[in-house]
Amino acid sequence: METNIIQNLAKEHIEKAFELYKQASHPFLISPLETYRQQSMNEFQIKGFPTRKNENYKYTSLEQHFSNTYRYYPNSQNVRINNLDEIFKCDVPTLDTQLYVLVNGWFYESPLQPLLKKESNGIIIGSMLAAMKEYPALIFKYYNNTPSHYSDEMYLINQTLMQDGLFVYIPQGAQLEKPLQIINLVLADESIQLYPHHLIISESDKHNQILVCDHSLNSNPFIMNGSTEVYLGKKAYLEFYRMQNAHNHSVQITNNFIFQQEGSLFHTSMVTLHGGTVRNNFFVELNEKEAMNELYGLWLADKNQHIDYNTYVNHQAPACQSNQLFKGILDDASMGVFSGKILVNEGAQKTNAYQSNKNLIINSNAKSRSKPHLEIYADDVKCSHGSATGKLDDDAMFYLRSRGISQKEACQLLMFAFASDITKQILIQPLQHEVEHLVERRLRGELTRCNRCNISCS
Amino acid sequence: MLRIKNLKAEINGKPILKGINMEVKAGEVHAIMGPNGSGKSTLASVLAGRDYVTVTSGEILFMGKNLLELLPEERARMGIFLGFQYPVEIPGVSMVSFMKTAVNEMRKYRHQSPLSSSDFLKYMREKKELVEIDTQLTNRSVNEGFSGGEKKKNEIFQMAMLEPTFAILDETDSGLDIDALRIVANGVNKLKRPDNAYIVITHYQRLLEYIVPDIVHVLYNGQIVKTAGKELALELEEKGYDWIKNEYHN
Repeated sequence: METNIIQNLAKEHIEKAFELYKQASHPFLISPLETYRQQSMNEFQIKGFPTRKNENYKYTSLEQHFSNTYRYYPNSQNVRINNLDEIFKCDVPTLDTQLYVLVNGWFYESPLQPLLKKESNGIIIGSMLAAMKEYPALIFKYYNNTPSHYSDEMYLINQTLMQDGLFVYIPQGAQLEKPLQIINLVLADESIQLYPHHLIISESDKHNQILVCDHSLNSNPFIMNGSTEVYLGKKAYLEFYRMQNAHNHSVQITNNFIFQQEGSLFHTSMVTLHGGTVRNNFFVELNEKEAMNELYGLWLADKNQHIDYNTYVNHQAPACQSNQLFKGILDDASMGVFSGKILVNEGAQKTNAYQSNKNLIINSNAKSRSKPHLEIYADDVKCSHGSATGKLDDDAMFYLRSRGISQKEACQLLMFAFASDITKQILIQPLQHEVEHLVERRLRGELTRCNRCNISCS
Repeated sequence: MLRIKNLKAEINGKPILKGINMEVKAGEVHAIMGPNGSGKSTLASVLAGRDYVTVTSGEILFMGKNLLELLPEERARMGIFLGFQYPVEIPGVSMVSFMKTAVNEMRKYRHQSPLSSSDFLKYMREKKELVEIDTQLTNRSVNEGFSGGEKKKNEIFQMAMLEPTFAILDETDSGLDIDALRIVANGVNKLKRPDNAYIVITHYQRLLEYIVPDIVHVLYNGQIVKTAGKELALELEEKGYDWIKNEYHN
């Protein structure tokens, strides 16, 4: 009964937010987008919030968070930040990125960050809404093109209430001048809910790199339910990194869709350092032959943090390769969840698909749930999946201590080593070193905030 | 330096050490020999503080302190070093960060300031040369993918880095070819000083040709059944352990 009340209340809050959106004045409306909003809303109204009966949300209930009051802004409040440059002077001196900031889900227009720009090499970067108006044919070829088997409830909500996001288009042969960094910034005096939606289309085989950071400037609770859609054309290459490091009063949900054509390569490493309740969905569609997908994820949780990673890798075409490695370190009364599915369809011969989840339990009150899943309909494939959860290795602990290293320090070294399998997959060297540094400090329980940066990127 | 008095210890309720008495003075090298299963490695584990061995009676005094009350890391900081029979592979922990952490913990204990990165690397280079360890090994994760010989050389390298006052080398010679054996033994001999001491646990007399012991003990069935000078090792090599066993049982 009580669950129903919470369910209804949470659903009501989404409906109210959508009403707010419809009543608000908007500088312009984009008809396909408005249609998608309504369609998603209709579908969500039928499905409601996922209950624990839903296998994909067995260990994570999100409706209780949505049943609380979080303010939704249906249009941009035009929050201005003084000395944005100063704030974002990153602590990684050699990490030189092209920076784009979204504030509370809205594109932050500034002289350094024009609403939409097309470079001479054909690369387009800017606000999603502006791009939808300017390049509707390009965008709506892709946007919301997700197959129906991915109709995840959280994604439906994002589609309904989507604010703005970053649009990136990289045509054949084009190379980003520097790695692109997107900062989803939360900056409000009250509890807010926000729905950014990014779209990345790349047709380029150049080594392009994109980094997304989720930040909050204060400790007000918020819900961020964001989506990122990535479409990789023939032979396209993209590295995509994401750092989740807001505070522990936050609810962070990401829906990541990756669609890959022939011979394309997508490589990601995602690191969750802080966040109260975190849910990350990865939907990967290998549509054409010889595509390669690499998903790496790491979560470091303590206190009452709840972190849930969910993956779905769909091998549709032959000779594709997918690799998944997800690792969690769980302390105090935290909980980590991994559920992953590999689906190898009938025609997807010569598939190589691997999935592994490893968890380290530091405190016996911490919990880990792991559900690897393989479904294979082709006969000439190499697939494996595995899951292991355990404590720190006694022999290694003793070996380190026998050299004079304290138990605490030995524990640090071993946890850091455990995490390094994921951090070393960050192929931007200065970023890798910075993340390793953050991970080390996070494991020590120190505030992981870049020293000179006023933003808690960290 | 080290005095073991009537030490009895068991593993999972099974008595392994049945009353060991031994004294090691500064500057001495003791060899402990004995057939398989006699308790040699258990004795090494007790000295280093491994917790799966339960000491049921007796005491160990090291530089006047009750060793059994100390944690493994406290013993190490006081100068005890165990060269492992089976060094542990620790993927993801680099040799450099491992040794840097260990050396600086030792320095902290001795009220010395931590070494800077460049000083540390210089120190490490010196020690590598001293024990003739391949430079490549220290660029890797601790023991990961090392051959048997490399692992043992790495133990000696760590010993050189930590400069213990009392080292126990548990079958450091097993699995070594003759060249590696010589490198290991040379390392030990170079590190030998009048104010430190060694216990060398081995099956074979061969190692003792290079590291010449002052005293040789034979451990059998959890007890030291014979103690003599270095000539005992030769005798054992020639006659095997049977005569010791016979003497013990009669």
